[in-house]
Amino acid sequence: MLIKLTSGTVYDPASGIDGQQQDIYIRDGRIIDKPADAVVDKEYDLKGKVVMSGAIDMHTHIGGGKGNIARTLLPEDHRQDPVHRSDITRSGCGHAMPSTFVTGYRYAEMGYTAGFEPAVLPNNARQAHMEMGDIPILDKGGYVMLGSDDYLLRLLTAKKDQKAINDYVAWTMAGAKAIGVKVVNPGGINAFKFNQRKLDLDEQNSHYGVTPREILKVLATAVKEIGVAHPLHVHGCNLGVPGNVQTTLDTIQGIGGLPMHLTHIQFHSYGTEGDFKFSSGAAQIAEAINRNKNITIDVGQILFGQTVTASGDNMRQHANHKHASPNKWVTMDIECDAGCGVVPFKYKDQNFVNALQWAIGLETFLLVNDPWRIFLTTDHPNGAPFTSYPHLIRLLMDRSFRNEVLSTIHPEAQKMTTLASIEREYTLQEIAIMTRAGAARLIGLKDRGGLSAGNWADITVYTDNTDRQKMFEKPDYVFKDGQLVVVDGKVVSTKWGTTHVVTPDFDPSVEKGLKDYFDRYMTMKLGNFKISDDEITEDGRGSISVHPLTGDVA
Amino acid sequence: MTEITEVPSPFCGIGTDDLTIKVDGVLLKVIENGCAVNTPAFEQPITDTRARVAGQEVSLEVAVAKAAELLKDTKLPLIGGCATDVNGMRGLLALADKAGAVVDNINFTGARNNFLALQDSGWMNTTLAEVKNRCDFLLVVGTDVEAFAPRFFERYLWNKESMFLEDTAAREVIYLGRVPSGTASTSPNGNPAQVFPCAIDDLPEVVAVLRALVKKQPIRATTVAGINVTDLQAIADKLLAATYGVVTWAAGALAYRQAELTVQTLSEMIKDINNRDTRCSGLPLAGKEGDQTANQVCGWTTGYPARTRFSKGYPEYDPFLNETKLLLDSGEADALVWVQAFNVKAVPPETSIPTIVVGRSGMTFAKEPDVFIPVGTPGIDHAGHAYRMDNVVAIRLKKLRDSGLPSTAEVLNAIEHAL
Repeated sequence: MLIKLTSGTVYDPASGIDGQQQDIYIRDGRIIDKPADAVVDKEYDLKGKVVMSGAIDMHTHIGGGKGNIARTLLPEDHRQDPVHRSDITRSGCGHAMPSTFVTGYRYAEMGYTAGFEPAVLPNNARQAHMEMGDIPILDKGGYVMLGSDDYLLRLLTAKKDQKAINDYVAWTMAGAKAIGVKVVNPGGINAFKFNQRKLDLDEQNSHYGVTPREILKVLATAVKEIGVAHPLHVHGCNLGVPGNVQTTLDTIQGIGGLPMHLTHIQFHSYGTEGDFKFSSGAAQIAEAINRNKNITIDVGQILFGQTVTASGDNMRQHANHKHASPNKWVTMDIECDAGCGVVPFKYKDQNFVNALQWAIGLETFLLVNDPWRIFLTTDHPNGAPFTSYPHLIRLLMDRSFRNEVLSTIHPEAQKMTTLASIEREYTLQEIAIMTRAGAARLIGLKDRGGLSAGNWADITVYTDNTDRQKMFEKPDYVFKDGQLVVVDGKVVSTKWGTTHVVTPDFDPSVEKGLKDYFDRYMTMKLGNFKISDDEITEDGRGSISVHPLTGDVA
Repeated sequence: MTEITEVPSPFCGIGTDDLTIKVDGVLLKVIENGCAVNTPAFEQPITDTRARVAGQEVSLEVAVAKAAELLKDTKLPLIGGCATDVNGMRGLLALADKAGAVVDNINFTGARNNFLALQDSGWMNTTLAEVKNRCDFLLVVGTDVEAFAPRFFERYLWNKESMFLEDTAAREVIYLGRVPSGTASTSPNGNPAQVFPCAIDDLPEVVAVLRALVKKQPIRATTVAGINVTDLQAIADKLLAATYGVVTWAAGALAYRQAELTVQTLSEMIKDINNRDTRCSGLPLAGKEGDQTANQVCGWTTGYPARTRFSKGYPEYDPFLNETKLLLDSGEADALVWVQAFNVKAVPPETSIPTIVVGRSGMTFAKEPDVFIPVGTPGIDHAGHAYRMDNVVAIRLKKLRDSGLPSTAEVLNAIEHAL
């Protein structure tokens, strides 16, 4: 079947197309060049419509144990947003931490066609993939979490060389079916198990004597050397702590030019100025990002309302539990691997700290110059549920709307932000970079995030509207792999996306040390740890898409 | 005849995956690392291989069509048992969604003690590898651990080596409330666990006093439910002195009214200890007959644990009103689908409403169900996934033999499609 999308106004930063009228042809799920002969089976007249590739959320908690704990913890939140089944869709629930099926539908209904779970614990990777396996329409993938695992810390204490680290990282990625590597509070989750309650960048783990700075360095090096496109994905030290802007600046400086992605940087951009000893560090952070081309960030914007925070950072989540609203929370130590903490939050515009957090996120968006190195996230669900993205896009694209909202937040927070004076408004092309082309490039997806021939036909069509929230919350059409899945913001058909992975090489002898470690200290056999391809594909729905490593010949 | 090593078990809940099993046709024999729970569960012979309708053997297609017919015009079908693997639960929930059914896991009334505490105030928990490597003091509350999981102590406490303890045999174990049925908790040094028994339904009082002592509140009483307060003080002191104390219980073993308050008191006590400059964690025992699997898959599919109804077209969780027994006794349920792929003894409750059993081959009935479809067991007849007690690790179950029995998922998907 040949589909033609006729005369849409195309924003395709991957090809340098910025708002030009173009036709797009789709066959067998992919975008193709204009065929010489063939008859068009289905044509969509997109004159005056805005056409982008399907959006990609490069950091969203959509699969894995902590998300399911968050779900289980909050039946009262689900009850306010029940989702009926239909002839083509499954029932479920929405709001803060939606059910898997509803996650897929609602992402697709906003024009998203892929989401990446950033915190896949090696020992919980099966669950992450099984949950993501029940998310319809979207493509997915995961970044495997290392840095607080005892095996890595033992390697570091034993002064093993970088090659040993690289082999271990590559082996873990293969075993967990990952496309990236994340580190959360480097070494801090581990330190919490030894009763340390904070861990600064240069503070030693009391048992291993290893510092977060060393962990970041070896992991960032490993990711680069084994050729993973996505730079080490870093949730830094001291999340949420006033004054952590300095930690973040030191982290950037300390990585010594290696590629590094700093995630939900809003939570790591706090100063200690002012009457409340809490201030914005966004300008300093943005300046550092603008200067250091090796650094990418996503924001982790907070938006006001009820949500739930679910993080691997049990050290910081435990410290934050006193802010739990409603007052119930969970932390776990997990399998000598990592941990998790789940704390419900209600961000309030009349709370000084929350109001300033909101402004800090927006300042960061607006002060970082290069849209290819900054990504639109709320760290779903931690800053806000992903369903708030259209609102966030309006805040970025519409200065008068932004200032209107700004004028309603806590008055002391208004005084502590430069937001009112920032004139920048994001363009459609910049939004397309942040949420499409840039995200695909950052993750290393070879054939997504663009509209040129050869790409998979993940395409979103919007009606241009000066109210950008309205525009982005209700696309006219969404195509996934060439299949029309959404019309007028509603799912009209469903399908199953693929799981994106990389398969870096490692020296097979790495398993000698690992087998001994598993036999002596772990609770399962090494062979039972590794996830096989058929675990993802055997139900007939899942598939695996392997992406090239840097240095591979395309 | 073949021998399969490193076989994981879905039966014991603690994720043992070191069994060696000899396979001779469809006969299995556990030849290494069996236990009183796992060995009989693996060795259970296959009896039925053909489905039955009204006691007559029929093809699978006929049985599926009959099941769909029985479900077709029901007002409130009930899917009980819910004891299967991840794919089985996926099929089960798809069927429930389509049929507007109630889903209720066989162990939910026990698990409810945990869910109510979790959903009211939360907890700080840990997992088995942390116990194996860090735990220096284990407090067991109201539970006979070795009857629940015979190899728990061997695998996770008396392991020869650990990363962070010099001498694992020096770990201390104290039982509160229930006397252990054997000596598995005796350390390799020969030190038996200390035991402070009380009537099981006196545990709320005992645990409340223990928490007060942890919080250094004055207690005037000298005994609680027959236990000396000085002994409870000693337990509190050990919890506070431990480097990594662990408190364990099986929610189902706390078989008295409002036992969720006991779980909550324990969980809040653990939080208190973590506020007193040391670490302590809870370790709820569970994972039998797919209970954690049911709650996990139902959790991500609906947002709620596996006592949820779909009769209004969307999931509604009620930990009390969606109970199997209640729905059968009240007459509200008008058809029963019983799904039990693990345990031949866990037969459906007797009822006069149409009953469809998707059950492990070998199940026998006092009253023949309208439809019986024997299915394979995950981890024996087909590959699959099952959650162990700590809810983090989903073990990859292996296929050990070719029995030709369909999986739960295949049967339930077929019924759903036939509806």
